[in-house]
Amino acid sequence: MAESVKDMTKEFEENGSSLWKDAWIKLSKNHMALFGLSVLVILIVSSLLTPWIAPYNYEAQDLDLGATAPSMAHWLGTDIFGRDMLTRIMYGGRVSLMVGFIATAVALVIGILWGAVAGFFGGRVDALMMRIVDILYALPFMIFIVLLMVVFGRNILLLFLAIGAVEWLTMARIVRGQVMALRNLEFVEAANSLGLSQWTIIRRHIIPNTLGPVIVYTTLTIPSVMLLEAFLSFLGLGIQPPESSWGLLINYGVETMEEYPWLLIFPGIALSLTLFALNFLGDGLRDALDPRTSKD
Amino acid sequence: MAILEVDGLKVYFHTRNGVVKAVDDVSFSVDSGETLAIVGESGSGKSVTCYSLLDLLPKPPAKVEGGTALFNGKDLLTCSAAEMRKHRCNDIAVIFQDPMTSLNPFLTVGEQLIEPLIYHPNRDQRQTRPAAKQKAITLLNEVGIIDAENRFDSYPHEFSGGMRQRVMIAMALITEPKLLICDEPTTALDVTIQAQILELIKQLQQTRNVAVIFISHDLGVVAGIADKVIVMCEGTIRETGDTDGIFYRTQNDYTKKLLDAIPEGPKTTLNRSHDSDNLVVVNHLKTYFKDQSHIKGSAGGRFIKAVDDISLTIARGEILGLVGESGSGKSTLGRSILQLAPTTEGTVKFQNQTLTGLSPKQLVPWRKKMQMIFQDPYASLNPRMTVFETLSEPLLYHGMATSKNIGHQVRQLMDDVGLAQSQLRKYPHEFSGGQRQRIAIGRAIATKPDFIIADEPVSALDVTIQAQILDLILNLVERHNLTMMFISHDLSVVRYISDRIIIMNRGVIVEQGKTEALWANPKAPYTKNLLAAIPLADPVAERARINNR
Repeated sequence: MAESVKDMTKEFEENGSSLWKDAWIKLSKNHMALFGLSVLVILIVSSLLTPWIAPYNYEAQDLDLGATAPSMAHWLGTDIFGRDMLTRIMYGGRVSLMVGFIATAVALVIGILWGAVAGFFGGRVDALMMRIVDILYALPFMIFIVLLMVVFGRNILLLFLAIGAVEWLTMARIVRGQVMALRNLEFVEAANSLGLSQWTIIRRHIIPNTLGPVIVYTTLTIPSVMLLEAFLSFLGLGIQPPESSWGLLINYGVETMEEYPWLLIFPGIALSLTLFALNFLGDGLRDALDPRTSKD
Repeated sequence: MAILEVDGLKVYFHTRNGVVKAVDDVSFSVDSGETLAIVGESGSGKSVTCYSLLDLLPKPPAKVEGGTALFNGKDLLTCSAAEMRKHRCNDIAVIFQDPMTSLNPFLTVGEQLIEPLIYHPNRDQRQTRPAAKQKAITLLNEVGIIDAENRFDSYPHEFSGGMRQRVMIAMALITEPKLLICDEPTTALDVTIQAQILELIKQLQQTRNVAVIFISHDLGVVAGIADKVIVMCEGTIRETGDTDGIFYRTQNDYTKKLLDAIPEGPKTTLNRSHDSDNLVVVNHLKTYFKDQSHIKGSAGGRFIKAVDDISLTIARGEILGLVGESGSGKSTLGRSILQLAPTTEGTVKFQNQTLTGLSPKQLVPWRKKMQMIFQDPYASLNPRMTVFETLSEPLLYHGMATSKNIGHQVRQLMDDVGLAQSQLRKYPHEFSGGQRQRIAIGRAIATKPDFIIADEPVSALDVTIQAQILDLILNLVERHNLTMMFISHDLSVVRYISDRIIIMNRGVIVEQGKTEALWANPKAPYTKNLLAAIPLADPVAERARINNR
């Protein structure tokens, strides 16, 4: 049977008429989404290449220089320790984007699977799985993170996992609600009467139909995860100076907002730009993955 | 004098894909005490015509482009929002199609009934609560709600569909309107209830001398109650005239097509079954559900007996019609036979193999031999799968095709169900209801099954499309030597298609027999009632029937 499923996937790829291929064609015609996608690609590529293209060393201080406004030497100015802001924002982007994407990916995978299984099977399975979600919801988030940090030591990867492990709860609930509405529709019953296995039905018929709300929620989760990281770092549980992240830079920027506004403005712009790009891309993806929106 | 005179009405929808002329140059008039029927298939503009009179259309995209609608000499199309509210409150009332969704579930029926009286926009005409309640109770009595005094404080969910539609009628009449617009008021109801509601509307109209505009897709429903009929198609009037003229001296080709499409008379193809060979044997089957609606009730563990001790056989090559009203358990019986609903007791045998008690895995090889066609072609196809994916899934999953020859097989299926091969790459939403049902039928016959259960496969379709799909089903049954169980609430359809009929009510079989024998000589009172309630597309016979009741 696994063989035939593989055949199926291969066949759809060859015929070029799968949802994903059509979605890509539609997405490539959506200018806003393409703009969002290119901004994200530029941000990701530049943060990958940061160690080689950054103009200065991110921890090299120049106390004599202090905080200076943007100039030819320092395009985005320097902070109170005389460190180049452009460099620090680039290094900060590495951490922020990584937190945003990895933690959200963790939340996405666990949340969709958990929610789809609970919603699809219903009854006792659903009750048990959702009570687990409720218990985790009730667990104070901060204590959970602090405990993790105490037990395993401060570790950036652990931070990603911890944030992801909290964010998936909401995703699971959204997906479960969607699935419960879907599983009573006749096309799911039709799939049942064809004898498809439960897992095939979930994978091919249920999950693709939950994508709309999931994508919207994902684009909202990524920025909120980035801010969560800033909050944790501020409490000393995440990234520590001299390393930086956008959230951390914004936090410090707020303190000196009146004297040195550029310390707040530029990391703020970087974060907002990411947020906008994600929203455009998310809306575009949602429309592209819904065949009911017109193709042109 | 005509109470409503519509002249040259044009309503266009301005969409992204251009202008859709929903109503194009429509003129008609209605007198007091007269019933005008507007008949047309979906998309004909019959509802848009009436909603535009009451300013109930979403604007934009809808826009009234021209024409006048004089109600007692005042133009409804140009009057202000305040005047329109006055008209809606005093003179014109609407009864909607679905009594399940047109009442607010959080308010008692009585509260909703007296709303227009105690919150009347004109303060002078507002009535006190006791007076309004008195009036509402009188009216509930008039529309046939038993024990109206107590039912006044009931919530909508405590009424059945037919009773709710009676409440809706009372609600429409409470302001004593001069014009009543009924938008498919009986489409969502069972056939016996439909007959009662039609009778009620007719009777109320005569006693109150209101003008009625009756919108329907069903010429049969209209025959008994209309004085005049308008046939609409694609936004224009195709034919207009008095009822007898439309039915007996039909002029227009489209009207003829509509009349021809009504399934009437016995099945014309031969019965291919051989009684000796039973494909399906159902023995004392019971399917019970736990009753979850009575939370306050003390009796824990009460069951709804959807299918209660049913035994039947289906011979190879036979089309068995299963008829019942909503809640009779006919769909549950179908799903129980296919092992899609968990059975409580009894056995189902298919090709001498007992299916009850098999695990899902053991059922897989049997699944491809038994298939199902569903009622709603909008819900039975995965909106995110192309036709190609939908049709190839069963073939590939059951290993009946390889990636090399799948394209050929799917194209073959498209031919079988009468769809163009060029449409393989399209998604379900790009098809009409009839075409979608063809796709669903294609999926059901993909695995070359022996047995198909069709659950109301044509009830969501227009009458001309319905005729096409029925013929397609008959054709496929013939060609692929299928055995079928055809579930429907519509007796005429079942008579047209099946060799044998089973009548079901409240989970048990009321009567069964060869189609024509049962038709000619029904024994059970329930069957007699059911047969008597079928609306006929014959005004004289229909009027006589209503008067005889």
